[in-house]
Amino acid sequence: MADLQQYSHGAGWKNAVLRGLLYLVLILFALYYLFPLFVMVSTSLKSLTEIREGSLISLPRVITFDAWTYAWNDACVGVTCSGIKVYFWNSVKMAIPAVLISTFLGAINGYALTKFRFKGANVVFALLLFGCFIPFQVVLLPMSQVLGKLGLASSTPGLVMVHVVYGLCFTTLFFRNYYVSIPDELVKAATIDGAGFFTIFWRIILPISTPIIVVSVIWQFTQIWNDFLFGASFSSGDNAPMTVALNNIVNTTTGVKAYNVDMATALLTGLPTLLVYVLAGKYFVRGLTAGSVKG
Amino acid sequence: MGASSSTKSNLTALIQRNLSKIVVAPSFAASLFFVYGFILWTAYMAFSDSRMMPSYGWTGLRQYERLWSMERWHVAIENLLIFGGLFITICLLLGCLLAVLLDQRIRAEGALRTIFLYPMALSFIVTGTVWKWILNPGLGLENMMHELGWASFKFDWLINSDMAIYTVVIAGVWQASGFVMAMFLAALRGVDQDIIRAAYMDGASLPRIYFGIIIPSIRPVFLSAIVVLAHLAVKSFDLVIALTGGGPGYASDLPATFMYTMAFQRNQLGIGAASAMMMLATVMAIIVPYLYSELRGGRKNG
Repeated sequence: MADLQQYSHGAGWKNAVLRGLLYLVLILFALYYLFPLFVMVSTSLKSLTEIREGSLISLPRVITFDAWTYAWNDACVGVTCSGIKVYFWNSVKMAIPAVLISTFLGAINGYALTKFRFKGANVVFALLLFGCFIPFQVVLLPMSQVLGKLGLASSTPGLVMVHVVYGLCFTTLFFRNYYVSIPDELVKAATIDGAGFFTIFWRIILPISTPIIVVSVIWQFTQIWNDFLFGASFSSGDNAPMTVALNNIVNTTTGVKAYNVDMATALLTGLPTLLVYVLAGKYFVRGLTAGSVKG
Repeated sequence: MGASSSTKSNLTALIQRNLSKIVVAPSFAASLFFVYGFILWTAYMAFSDSRMMPSYGWTGLRQYERLWSMERWHVAIENLLIFGGLFITICLLLGCLLAVLLDQRIRAEGALRTIFLYPMALSFIVTGTVWKWILNPGLGLENMMHELGWASFKFDWLINSDMAIYTVVIAGVWQASGFVMAMFLAALRGVDQDIIRAAYMDGASLPRIYFGIIIPSIRPVFLSAIVVLAHLAVKSFDLVIALTGGGPGYASDLPATFMYTMAFQRNQLGIGAASAMMMLATVMAIIVPYLYSELRGGRKNG
């Protein structure tokens, strides 16, 4: 920490003024970052008439959850009007298997690439890593062909496969970098005791991997839940994930624009990842730096 | 005893070495097919006469010629330069400023950090949706300013062809600047205290310590942040779709939305593939030298 408070040459009162100013600036920035969240929440709790009469920053005079229940149960996505609950569960059904499979594969890849190194392991890793950096536009067209051929077009299993395939490089990266720092002696000792590849993995490596498993699960969950490109390209109608449904609701051109429903839907879309962030922020940031600096 | 047990352990070791390969093989095969194979596939499609359906008649550079003769593609490229340039610059300045401010032994630093960073947990679609509502000319910011008594305030960027791309900058900066702050803050915490103390003893003022010592010493983080942000900018798709839909018309198109429109809405697979290859080339031009220098320079923060 730079800790410059102790390094200031100025007089006491001058310092106090500077500190006050510092807090003021920080609070103003905090308000700026919180403003959209505040607007989302307050708009979602207003009635449409109140939205039209009031202003963006006014608090709701009468708090109503109508927009939330309407968004969940009755909002129209395209021609079906059964609320966004369908799409919420689509996203859950897509994210959970994709997160688990990609994290597991990443763990075992990372383990194999560091603790049972074979000739060319580094090349294999470098080639895998490349997948983190490509703009996904470059795989969209072939992927839609392949999903069609596999009979997985516009299906949740298809999306799970896509997310596993393009999440692998990140999960492998996380686990590989984590396992590199674990002493090889641990594995060697177990090998001498006669433990095999999988025994060591299950009994020794996995139990000490909790932090990186959390990082990987959070990263993958955030990525997959928030994904729009794959969802929009490889799903249709009732199979769409939450982000696609939200975009459809907001950009629908028919009927009266229900801003409160839009905001309730946006909040419902954002809540799962926000919750993860608030509960496990430290791991979220770790994944972000590891995943983004290198990707 | 020695001989038989050593052949046995050799055998086990051999199996284990192969097990390791067998375990990695499926992921490696998937990567070869879904990443490298698909890139080659797209590269080929960009040389083909594909329109509505993939077709494999060779047409050489015809699709690239068509791409570069399209007014819309030039708009997308120009927008990427405007958006990328502003997005990267503002995020860097804001992120750096916030990190320095937070580094002053702030009370409730954890809470402030959480607030600055939470937009990064949201989907770009959510960000786009809420900023679209805030910036809408009817009931949004403009109306709010009128209510506050600023009657002449006008803000119609969202529906103004010349300004729409700047709304994407506003929302993008809101979302990503906290992340840059987190990167810088981590770096600031790693700066050697002794050097700072020494500078202070020499009578250096606070700004001089920052500009003269601390910021130059975290230069590598600037590079990392620029690479991450540039990468984000080139890939930006969701945010534009949710905020402006690429509009008005195609005024706020970016290459990513251009590619999507050509490939999935206009039945121009060949042009879509060509534009995707241009995007890949751009990202590679940023990432490959960076990775090369990172890997050569040894692992410092990974």
